[in-house]
Amino acid sequence: MNDQERTWIPYIGPYDPCPPIRVKTYVVPPNQYIVFQPLDLPQFSLQEALRYGTLWPALFSPYESKNLRRGGRTL
Amino acid sequence: MWLYEKKLQYPVRVSKCDPRMAKLLLEQYGGADGELAAALRYLNQRYSIPDKVIGLLTDIGTEEFAHLEMIATMVYKLTKDATIEQIKAAGLSEIYAQHDRALFYTNAGGVPFTAAYIQAKGDPLADLYEDIAAEEKARATYQWLIDLTDDVDLQDSLKFLREREIVHSLRFREAVEIIKADWNTKKVY
Amino acid sequence: MSEANTKPIDAQYYKLLEELQMVDFGLLELSLYLNTHPNDMKAIQQLNQWSEQRHKIAQQYELDYGPLLQFGHSYSKFPWQWIESPWPWQV
Repeated sequence: MNDQERTWIPYIGPYDPCPPIRVKTYVVPPNQYIVFQPLDLPQFSLQEALRYGTLWPALFSPYESKNLRRGGRTL
Repeated sequence: MWLYEKKLQYPVRVSKCDPRMAKLLLEQYGGADGELAAALRYLNQRYSIPDKVIGLLTDIGTEEFAHLEMIATMVYKLTKDATIEQIKAAGLSEIYAQHDRALFYTNAGGVPFTAAYIQAKGDPLADLYEDIAAEEKARATYQWLIDLTDDVDLQDSLKFLREREIVHSLRFREAVEIIKADWNTKKVY
Repeated sequence: MSEANTKPIDAQYYKLLEELQMVDFGLLELSLYLNTHPNDMKAIQQLNQWSEQRHKIAQQYELDYGPLLQFGHSYSKFPWQWIESPWPWQV
């Protein structure tokens, strides 16, 4: 779990038909805490920047697929 | 005037022929929060917004077209050599009947693109908050698309596009601050 | 039957293309940033420096694999290279 992820616990009703998902998550990316980007923030190298999708580590938000299966299948 | 550059902004690789995923990706092609809607929204808003943020809208709008080309590339690669059986199994028969493998501006549910997706209120704050919301919605869509495939190559390109939404959202937030500032006091950012 | 006018691509093609994508991405990020930080002198200097670097990489790419831009912003050999495959979505 990364520190940009938040969790909440939904109410579970007695007649819910599906097995309950007890903990739900959502992401709060770093742009929510930066009102105006300060000058001289540390930068990624050009190679890293392209991979991460941003020039600044402070703006990077990781996201991993909730689909853990392998092999190139659409679920 | 625009210039086309004969390259993608970021490499797009897919590891297998998967027309079902192609159909889901159409959400970002011709959907309400997709790249076409984003590009048209920002470029259209330029004509009625204070001069200080026109450059930003122009550049982000232009980048969105590069993202549209990446989505098109994904759909193209995922469907290019798909057999009729695969197309039927992917639930694309209705699309195939009309379009064969041609790309078409619809969302993942097959609803055609409409200009009604493109908001323009003429009030700079209303428009910029619309843009911020659009970026966050597109970020969420990319998350759900990343969840829907286990093709790590495809996930890689989708993660890039998701991160771009986050950077764009920040730039629009900064534009809001610029709009809010009292220019008479000559506050320098 | 007509075959697409195709330019052979090799490992070097992908390497050079990615180098170009890297520097172009840095330039794009800095450009968006400068649109809201027009007084950041260091960022402008960095952009100008990367712009020079970009020019060299693009020149090499175009020499080996054909024009990136149309309408006279890139040079062409004979015959007219713009229409040659592959297009970006094909590689």
